Amino acid sequence: MRKTVIRSAAAAILVLCAGSFGSHAQDASEKEIERYREMISDPMSNPGYLAVDRGEALWGEARGTKNVSLETCNLGLGAGKLEGAFAQLPRYFADADKVMDLEQRLLWCMQNIQGLDTKDVIARRFSGPGRASDMEDLVAYIANKSNGMKIDIPLSHPKEQEMVAVGEALFYRRGGVNDFSCATCHADEGKRIRLQGLPNFSKPGKPAQETMGGWPTYRVSQGALRTMQHRLWDCFRQQRWPVPEYGSDVITALTSFLQKQAAAGELNVPSIKR
Amino acid sequence: MKRVLTLAALVLAAGFSTTAASAQTAKAPNPALVDAYMKSTFGKAPPEWQARIEPDETLKTCNAYHNEVPSAEAEKITAREMARVVYPADGKFLGNWKEGAKIANNGRGGQFSDPPDTVSGGNCYACHQMEQKEVSYGTLGPSLTNYGKDRKYDPQEIKNAFTKVYDSQAVFACSNMPRFGVNKVLSEQQIKDIVAFLFDPESPVNK
Repeated sequence: MRKTVIRSAAAAILVLCAGSFGSHAQDASEKEIERYREMISDPMSNPGYLAVDRGEALWGEARGTKNVSLETCNLGLGAGKLEGAFAQLPRYFADADKVMDLEQRLLWCMQNIQGLDTKDVIARRFSGPGRASDMEDLVAYIANKSNGMKIDIPLSHPKEQEMVAVGEALFYRRGGVNDFSCATCHADEGKRIRLQGLPNFSKPGKPAQETMGGWPTYRVSQGALRTMQHRLWDCFRQQRWPVPEYGSDVITALTSFLQKQAAAGELNVPSIKR
Repeated sequence: MKRVLTLAALVLAAGFSTTAASAQTAKAPNPALVDAYMKSTFGKAPPEWQARIEPDETLKTCNAYHNEVPSAEAEKITAREMARVVYPADGKFLGNWKEGAKIANNGRGGQFSDPPDTVSGGNCYACHQMEQKEVSYGTLGPSLTNYGKDRKYDPQEIKNAFTKVYDSQAVFACSNMPRFGVNKVLSEQQIKDIVAFLFDPESPVNK
């Protein structure tokens, strides 16, 4: 008995060694990234907080044909109430009769409260060199008001349940020239693509909580604050799918499904990632 | 009192049946509903791009079972996909391993950010370990190190490898691996080159 235990322990160590030999480079770079993350995770040095400040100014700025600010926009918890709103999105909005994520809701408020033509706002949905994004800045500001709170999307309305159910079906829907779905990369434990670790979103738990609790984020490699809209746009690009429409239902359905898997995860945003 | 109890039982029963119904919807929402979502998000894409996300019979089955297909369905898939494999007319499966090495390392092609005339790579290292000295490899698929050597360069195994790269689902139903030949991601010559990378005794995969 004891011998078997020792033998299997030795075998386990061998397996571990074989595994760590190949992933040595990953460990080293992961450690470096972790160290870097710690260095810049301080709000005073995370450039994502510049977006938070810009978002705050945009929230209070009178715009559109009605020349009013967004301050009466209801993000689910009451007109103008921002604390905790992001932790409970996407959700159903009776006035629009639709489940919306934060971006969809902001566009709705711009159109309906401010009378703002959102064509230009949508054209600048993703920032680039010399091109600021109102949406990224507003999301950074509003999401930051849920810091320290737990992800908890409402699921009592039938349309909210539908969103999550469709989101799950879409998570497993394969397509594109490579037959890829979200699940191809995100339905198993401890896998990686090249050296990049892949969180498992097929079940509720820590990988989903840590991921969803860290978006929006400042992407160092892109020098920009990015939201889940951009993250999923980039996933579809790598999946070899067509360009997804900004602020559309597939994105919201997947976000709802991911939020459900991430339930009780704590928000700390904007975070900073490579 | 009795009436209250009956009522309570009715309410409970109703509650249970709703739970059962929503559990069912959670597993498989109406396909027409999912299509409506797809249209709202991808409906403005060019027709040839939309055709790519239209699931064929095989993918419809994989999607419905979240890739964990029962054996009867799996047999239908492998038979259907096997019939789609086109073997080289010259009967030769081995190309140039040096070209194969480049294809294995190339992840370009097929993304909406790629220029349309981009020659696609196989991007094998994204998921597989291949030659020992390449440390940047993924783990979604099994390690292919010493692939040919371990199979004693057996001609039948060489043909099987061609089949697997051409149409992975001819071998494993709902395999996560792309169907490179069927979906015209890789040409016949590119597949031969990859098979050579796996099976040539001179290839670093076998060193």
